[in-house]
Amino acid sequence: MISGVRRIGAYSLSVLAATGRACILLIQMLGSIPSSVRRYELFVEQLFRVGVLTLPIIIVAALFVGMVLALQGYNTLVDFGAESSLGLLVALSLTRELGPVLAGLLFAGRAGAALTAEIGLMKATEQLAGMEMMAVDPVRRVLLPRFLAGMISVPILAALFTAVGILGGYLLGVNVLGVDQGVYWSVMQEGVDFQQDVLNGLLKSLVFGVLISLLAVFMGYDARPTPAGVGTATTLTVVLSSLLVLAMDFSLTSMMF
Amino acid sequence: MKRQLIEITVGLFVVTGLVALLFLSFRVSNLNSDSVSDPYQVNARFDNIGSLKVRAPVTMAGVRIGRVKEIRLDSSSYQAQVIMDISGDYNKLPVDSSASINTQGLLGEQFVSLEPGGQQKYLKEGDRIRLTQSAVVLENLIGQLLFKGNSNNP
Repeated sequence: MISGVRRIGAYSLSVLAATGRACILLIQMLGSIPSSVRRYELFVEQLFRVGVLTLPIIIVAALFVGMVLALQGYNTLVDFGAESSLGLLVALSLTRELGPVLAGLLFAGRAGAALTAEIGLMKATEQLAGMEMMAVDPVRRVLLPRFLAGMISVPILAALFTAVGILGGYLLGVNVLGVDQGVYWSVMQEGVDFQQDVLNGLLKSLVFGVLISLLAVFMGYDARPTPAGVGTATTLTVVLSSLLVLAMDFSLTSMMF
Repeated sequence: MKRQLIEITVGLFVVTGLVALLFLSFRVSNLNSDSVSDPYQVNARFDNIGSLKVRAPVTMAGVRIGRVKEIRLDSSSYQAQVIMDISGDYNKLPVDSSASINTQGLLGEQFVSLEPGGQQKYLKEGDRIRLTQSAVVLENLIGQLLFKGNSNNP
């Protein structure tokens, strides 16, 4: 009985301590931004690996999500004779929720896991310790460019996801289901507000970007330096960042809209 | 060479992101048609504005010429005071124009509709439209209808 309670306590304390270490790492990274501006090519390289290479999966997923939305929305709306509002339905669901959230989830799976595994393996093979021996700060040299690249990629990917999804909905709604193309756009423009919907959606994705990148970088840096430890850290990155994205999405939505 | 390739693709990545944002702002949302160009303000008092909202369109002959800027209650006459931004392109509206609040479709959003008058003098900044017609409140209409239907019965 007591040992069970004690185990819960120990677990809570370790979670709390890890959160604290993650926050310290975030402050360290933000503090070392000014001194790493001249090594911006490290950042560009990471932007390529984290952002550009995630692009194909984002575009293909967005196309399908947009088409499914159009199909399902059309089937429901046609019962009420409101199929002309299809454009609005697709655009609002994508800009407000699906764009940021799905881009975040896909990014966590595609890029977050890779970042954790890479940094975790660097730690396990003592490359990070080696850098410290040579007076190279691994936080500045390895973690910061990856964190910044992830933070910037997610809003860009979310904007692309939303845009491609709307085009996918257009493709199916107008060409296959027969919604008038002018109506598709005009209903959308009437109903979607730039500040309220588009900017809030981007703000959401920026929050997700910071969250996922910090988690991925921290999990790798904090992993136990064994093969099993790196595996656990990679799993935890994907699981925790997916859960956090969904939970944050709920609280952000309740604040914004 | 490889370095160049990476930089080019990253540049393309960022540019496509910006293009997507532009697409979202101008094609998907109403950023371009949102502001009324070079507006002048006109106000009108209504007995009842129904569910008219700020930013609702102001139209004449069905063409949008402005937006509702502000709605407040005039505490001396207990009427609703509606302040409208009219686009400067339409600066020749007769002073005896009348305003009414209509509904788009049966259950759609409400908007202000202006009917031109016949005078040669034109509305300018700060003028008041004197002839107004309140919103038709559907619930009241149904209530009246029911009442009349009942009174017909012996």
